[in-house]
Amino acid sequence: MKYLSDSDVTALETKANEIRASIIEMLVAAGSGHTAGPLGMADIFTLLYFHVLRHDAKNPLWSERDRLVLSNGHICPVLYATMAHAGYFPIEELKTLRKFGSRLQGHPHRIMLPGLETSSGPLGSGLSQAVGMALAERLDNPYSSKYFYCMTGDGEWNEGQMWEALLLAGKEKLHNLIVIVDRNGIQIDGFVEDIMPLEPLYEKFSAFNFDVQEVDGHNMRAVNDAIGKAQAVFGQPSVIIAHTIPSKGVGLFERDFRWHGNPPGKGPTDRVPRDKQAEVALRELRSLKGYVTNSEHP
Amino acid sequence: MTYRLASHLNPDLFSPSCAKEANRIGFGKALKEVGSKDERVVALCADLTESTRIIDFKDAFPERFFEMGISEQSMASVASGMAAMGKIPFMASYAMFSPGRNWEQIRTTIAYNDVPVKIIGAHAGVSVGPDGATHQAIEDVALMRTIPNMVVLSPSDTLEAARATMTLATTTEPSYMRLAREATPVVTTAATPFAIGKAEMYLFRDEAHTKKVGIIASGTILFEALSAARTLNENGIGASVMNLATIKPLDTAAVLTFAEEHNVLVTVEEHQRAGGMGSAVVEYLSTVRPTKVIRLGIDDAFGQSGTMEELWRYFGLDAASIVLETKRILGVS
Repeated sequence: MKYLSDSDVTALETKANEIRASIIEMLVAAGSGHTAGPLGMADIFTLLYFHVLRHDAKNPLWSERDRLVLSNGHICPVLYATMAHAGYFPIEELKTLRKFGSRLQGHPHRIMLPGLETSSGPLGSGLSQAVGMALAERLDNPYSSKYFYCMTGDGEWNEGQMWEALLLAGKEKLHNLIVIVDRNGIQIDGFVEDIMPLEPLYEKFSAFNFDVQEVDGHNMRAVNDAIGKAQAVFGQPSVIIAHTIPSKGVGLFERDFRWHGNPPGKGPTDRVPRDKQAEVALRELRSLKGYVTNSEHP
Repeated sequence: MTYRLASHLNPDLFSPSCAKEANRIGFGKALKEVGSKDERVVALCADLTESTRIIDFKDAFPERFFEMGISEQSMASVASGMAAMGKIPFMASYAMFSPGRNWEQIRTTIAYNDVPVKIIGAHAGVSVGPDGATHQAIEDVALMRTIPNMVVLSPSDTLEAARATMTLATTTEPSYMRLAREATPVVTTAATPFAIGKAEMYLFRDEAHTKKVGIIASGTILFEALSAARTLNENGIGASVMNLATIKPLDTAAVLTFAEEHNVLVTVEEHQRAGGMGSAVVEYLSTVRPTKVIRLGIDDAFGQSGTMEELWRYFGLDAASIVLETKRILGVS
């Protein structure tokens, strides 16, 4: 586990909010796309790309890199924004999201943008791919220190293929596989526990022979510790259930499933009118309501 | 475009002692061989190791074989992940389940990612017989050939399946190969050429052969097409045969030549008439050279239990049916 100093945490939190602001800007420019998931996962993506992952933005196909497979492709604005801030491509390019000819497709396309490990969008397929990657790596290098991270949404666990992949990962005891579940509790039609309940989720993963942890997905230190513990697990794969707040960082959007699939300017109007949605969000993200870091945020 | 004489094919082809072997057997043997030549080749199977013949590879290279259990959707994406790490995965199940059940995983994680996963759909067609319609994949060619980047092969016999397998291990495209369960005549020989995207054309006499009807076939039903052509020629009707083992990419030059040199074409396949090989042929010809093409296949119906012979006869795909249909079109009795 890589140590996080207090100043590291502050720097990461500041970066996460810059990434959130980029997400808002790119969604506004696109005029469509998902808001809640990307904002909610900004802390974890920032921690991964700026602290945890072994990767090289200038050499995205570096063979020794860790692999991050985004299974819930619809939250790609957070992946694109994080990659841009990490130096994969110019931040200005984020404004091309979902536009004709852009490398930033509405859902990720591996061939178009170096640094993406896969194409995704249709839910449920990423974990199988991460398992396949880890199996292939073990064949070539049984003592590999590469890690295979698979980012999944909680609604995505409705898909049967996820559980097929869990069976296989448990069977193969893939200790370098670390699955992260964005447990934000919402999906398009409403709250996950209303649409198709997952609980008891911890016990389900445990029953599939995974090492299971639950963390506050907005606490950099907690997530970093959990990843460190997951990296140290041997003889079984790991899953981290990251409890996140959908639309985290923009108070007026938070916890509201109606922000799942709408960009600022096209969201629900009962708390803020559409023409003010982007402005309100950016003002809040840039000022953090006067607080210095996210962890002080009420 | 050169034709070969049918005599270049297995000399025992029309004799009762003609060797028979299911083309999945040739696949199994060849996969084991490519496994010994290329360490990157890995194999996955969804609980059908013996019948898909991937068992030959499994026994030889157990560390490179991955048992997925009965989970074809996950298998497709696992194979995609392995290919992303530099492997050449061959994944096998019955065609009804793969690509039948996992079409979207194949489309998104294999074809859209453009990775060299080789999908083996065994027990395709109605010839799987007694298992009945639930297990008779007669839509798989349509499912696969409509996906960009995907190569679609349907080898005619065990030797051709072996050559196709050897070739697939060297190509970078996502590919689908449909295989059959039943033992069928060994049509080709070790010397018969095979290349992806190249059709083979056969005449039944010398250069004086009058080319009246051209029969295009894919898969093990090729033997029925050859038998029909032989009978037609014996009855004074010049018939040639094309083995269209690669359905995609279509050998358009060969198809165009065939259309130019025959009065009428007949396509024969163990597949729905909608969307299969015959459709690929007419889609091409309709723009470049509108040609009368009779497409023999299964006409918007499900199969049923029975023997291969019974079902081919029932669906009008056996040699006698091809002869009858050809004569009917030509207006001769």
